Amino acid sequence: MVENRPFVTILSHVIIILGLVVIAFPVWMTFVASTHDQTTMLRAPVPLLPGPYLIENYGQVLTEGFGRGFGGAPIWVTLMNSLVMALGVALGKIAISIISAFAIVYFRFPGRMYFFWAIFVTLMLPVEVRIVPTYGVVAHLGMIDSYAGLIVPLIASATATFLFRQFFLSVPDELTEAARVDGASPMRFFWDILLPMSRTTIAALFVIQFIYGWNQYLWPLLITTKESFYTVVMAVSRQANAVDATPSWNLLMAMAMLAMLPPVLVVVFMQRLFVRGLVETEK
Amino acid sequence: MEKRVTFDNRVLPYLLLAPQIFITLVFFFWPSGQAIWQSVLIEDAFGGNSRFVWFDNFANLFQDSAYYASARLTLVFSALVASVGLAVSLLLAVMADRVIRGATVYKTFLVWPYAVAPAVAGVLWGFLFNPSVGIVAWLLQSIGIEFNYVINGNQALLLVVIAAVWNQVSYNFLFFLAGLQSIPKSLIEAAAIDGAGPGRRFWDIIFPLLSPTGFFLLVINILYAFFGTFGVVDALTKGGPGQATSILVYKVYNDGFRGQDLGGSSAQSVILMMVVILLTIVQFRFIERRVHY
Repeated sequence: MVENRPFVTILSHVIIILGLVVIAFPVWMTFVASTHDQTTMLRAPVPLLPGPYLIENYGQVLTEGFGRGFGGAPIWVTLMNSLVMALGVALGKIAISIISAFAIVYFRFPGRMYFFWAIFVTLMLPVEVRIVPTYGVVAHLGMIDSYAGLIVPLIASATATFLFRQFFLSVPDELTEAARVDGASPMRFFWDILLPMSRTTIAALFVIQFIYGWNQYLWPLLITTKESFYTVVMAVSRQANAVDATPSWNLLMAMAMLAMLPPVLVVVFMQRLFVRGLVETEK
Repeated sequence: MEKRVTFDNRVLPYLLLAPQIFITLVFFFWPSGQAIWQSVLIEDAFGGNSRFVWFDNFANLFQDSAYYASARLTLVFSALVASVGLAVSLLLAVMADRVIRGATVYKTFLVWPYAVAPAVAGVLWGFLFNPSVGIVAWLLQSIGIEFNYVINGNQALLLVVIAAVWNQVSYNFLFFLAGLQSIPKSLIEAAAIDGAGPGRRFWDIIFPLLSPTGFFLLVINILYAFFGTFGVVDALTKGGPGQATSILVYKVYNDGFRGQDLGGSSAQSVILMMVVILLTIVQFRFIERRVHY
């Protein structure tokens, strides 16, 4: 800091810590609720400190779901679906975007700018504005209730393509020249030089897209009808809407914790890649 | 910007572009075209037959008071989400930029809400404010405030705004912090030597220099409030009570998917598409300027 003003510094700390407490409070209460039994959670006011039922609650939602005829699928099934979807979306986006960017940057061919703009325009067509017709197309192709239906329509990505394009443009031309002099084919250059150089960009994108894929909600809501294809986020939301009928707040909150945990861990442990990916995809 | 050195191949670039273009055509352009096409058709109640009606669907929409209510609601909602979200995250970012000790720890504790799915965020806040078991609702009741978002429309809207802002704070915070850290320290020091206090320095130097970031975040937050908050609304209120939280994107879903009103829903889609196109253009024009500042 420019000058030493202990009061202002302490005030800054106080404000941030206050902010952190407010931000963390919902998650703390969720955790607390997931460690009590059902009757405790129905008595107002609910406890503020964790109880002794942690293992039982998580054990039940993971293996049995809500049980007693409510919310059939055990949570581990929905967690697996979310994992498949998140990995599929992240890897799919990276794969098709990196090769499109390679084509656009390293080749001159008729129609190049049209393709570039076609990819750009997808930015302006989020799923939310074309809900019904997109559902129609997917239904038409027989992709309802399938992993392909969950993943493939989401993997076109203008932002990822632009990010790779930006990165490729910063790669020195001398490398390309050297590769050409040595007689390397374009694909050889791609595999042996470009791909290894893009490692950090790929990792940063992976973190962002994994979270994006895991947290998808509207899309799986539209195209899954069987419980065996529900994602965990969907399962939590559906159960939340039924919770007044079966007031198992402890189990619902255990499900919510499990739905949050994987993406939150990814963000916390890969924070530098995450921040990098976030800032760069917006450029 | 273009590469000087390129490869020659007639077929390869098309093969490389094929997967992306294929998915774009099938899952983006085709449905969007259909949305535009359906927006000028009326399908009869039993399906099958549809009739070309020019802009009747749009005309109906603009005469529909429910649509106006939803549009007005969306404007209020996005103004609230953007202004509260930006103000809170700017405050936190300025404070985090001030402190030297603990800045990284604070950052770690502030980034994770971004990773929580909007629908799950809705569930968490719904739990806190639940009329029968929610701890915050209980606290409010004990000081004499009746909070029941299940029946009170304004309270439902307030809760959706809180959950939506909570979900977006880390994103705004990270961009504001990056913006603050890129302001040259020498400027701040020069102002301090001239006798400007922290408040004066903030409003006269930091705030103007931060305005490009702020403007960029404003566009992103409006886009988020328009489209990204579907999960919050669906998990928390399902657009209710009544139509109190039925923002435009929720109405498209509800009318088209639940109400089976294809023409009306498609006309709404087309209008929303225009909103996105407008905001995207604003965003990209601005980013070109940001490079030079």
